[in-house]
Amino acid sequence: MAPAIEVRNLVKRYRKGTVNAVDGVSFDVEQGQFFALLGPNGAGKTTTISILTTTLGLTSGSVRIAGHDVVREASAVRREVGIIFQSPSLDMNLTGEENIRFHAVLYRLYPYRPLYRLMPAAYRRQIRELAEVVGLGAEVFKPVRRLSGGMRRKLEIIRGLMHHPRVLFLDEPTSGLDTASRRNLWQYIAGLRKQRDITICLTTHQMDEAEDADSVCIIDHGRVVAIGAPHQVKSELVHETLHIDAADRGALRSRLHALNVPFSEDGHFVVRLDGRTAYEVVHSIDQPLTMLRTESATLEDAYLRLLAAEDA
Amino acid sequence: MLELNAMAAIAGRDLLKFFRDPGRLVAAVVFPFTMIFLLGGTLQLNLGKSAGFNFIGFAFTGFLGMTLFQSTAQGLTSLMEDRHNDFAQEVFVSPVSRYSIVFGKIVGETLVALVQVIPFVLFAWMLRVPLTPAHVALLVPVALLSCFMGGAFGLLLLNTMSDTRASNQIFNFVFLPQYFLAGMISPINVLPWYLAALSLLSPMRYVIDLARGVVFSGTPEYGRVVLLSPGINIAVLAAMFVVFMVAGTTLFVRRETSR
Repeated sequence: MAPAIEVRNLVKRYRKGTVNAVDGVSFDVEQGQFFALLGPNGAGKTTTISILTTTLGLTSGSVRIAGHDVVREASAVRREVGIIFQSPSLDMNLTGEENIRFHAVLYRLYPYRPLYRLMPAAYRRQIRELAEVVGLGAEVFKPVRRLSGGMRRKLEIIRGLMHHPRVLFLDEPTSGLDTASRRNLWQYIAGLRKQRDITICLTTHQMDEAEDADSVCIIDHGRVVAIGAPHQVKSELVHETLHIDAADRGALRSRLHALNVPFSEDGHFVVRLDGRTAYEVVHSIDQPLTMLRTESATLEDAYLRLLAAEDA
Repeated sequence: MLELNAMAAIAGRDLLKFFRDPGRLVAAVVFPFTMIFLLGGTLQLNLGKSAGFNFIGFAFTGFLGMTLFQSTAQGLTSLMEDRHNDFAQEVFVSPVSRYSIVFGKIVGETLVALVQVIPFVLFAWMLRVPLTPAHVALLVPVALLSCFMGGAFGLLLLNTMSDTRASNQIFNFVFLPQYFLAGMISPINVLPWYLAALSLLSPMRYVIDLARGVVFSGTPEYGRVVLLSPGINIAVLAAMFVVFMVAGTTLFVRRETSR
């Protein structure tokens, strides 16, 4: 089976640009994977997503979505993808239902009728079900401008899923949402992933949102600087550490030297685990400890370290 | 059939937006009232006799043509506003042909323009502009042609704009001069050669002259008011429509993907 997303040596230079906004990016995303594209502002994330979703032409390279070439088979690609844009793309003059109806007609799911009650029964049933699923209820018939930011995002997601896309692109979907709305939205997306074999391609600044991804790709200045499963990226860039202390620091220091483990002192002893388990190290120390804790690296630690190294 | 559905949805959205905008609805009544009752009436009283024709009918056809042409043209430029509001993204990532998007938009803005000119016709009829049912029936295809012409012109303009600010400024440079070059409220039978040449380039001139050809047909004033025969006006408009549509759509589609 062809990968859901296949990007090869993608290059994009804007017409008035002097440097490549995307400069030789390559990656694959398998069907059903949760993939996160990370990077600072201006790294080339949105440009990449725009090319992948056919709204922007590429300069060179190739991109295939669900086996279709984005240049030669743009229409087929558009049928296979759903997109939640960075900035809200709902028409504020319309109701939630009218926005969904507009989408459903553009994606050839139903014939156009100017009024909801004239739409086919199957459409009306689907709207009622979707409105219940996301907790909108009768609010779906209210003008979009009266809905909360979280509700609007959910509305965009159910709209983006109406045509059963194989790949769902989420371009910073939680920007502008409060903490509760963010959590609620991610719970909904997690539920969706369980129900459908859908590939998700996420771009975000919130590193914690990418922790659950199957694969992450960090880009900077248009180039891929790290790619792999989050735990791989983290282990390559940030070390897991054990923080310990003892009443007899001299004895503990001697013991750590004897064990030949790398450590530093910062008011207490910080031991780099480098593949060892915390249990192995602690088990090898015979004096009583007054402090014991481990620190696992987050994706954010890895990301910040990587960007700092790039800037240096 | 599927593309027709998409075009109907795009057109339906424009009409719905118009009916949901109280400001535009009020303007659709106040503007024709001001132009026909106040401006047309004043001109008729002061200039009608010396001009030797019905100035209210002259102003009515001028504003009718201008509204149909300009409303559709400016409506097309709202594709720029949609891009600004990011709603256009939803349209442009859908599997609908770019040509259907453009045609749907023209049909939608045509419907909006047609609704907007209904008060014009009513006010003109109330002020005894000699409008027979045959005139009104003939004005329908003229109105459609005028709107399509405006849509094609708007599409071409859209390709010259970089943002919504540019779309607002374009009024002063593109539409305002045409008010005078097309003879919207002032006769242009006699013009210096350079203005006559510019007048011939104004699409609005042919739209307004065609409407006057219908409303003044069979009246003794016809020769003093109408510049070209309806056949020539239609031929020029049809040629301009084809050129503007082909160039505008090609540029638009290319611009959408080759940024």
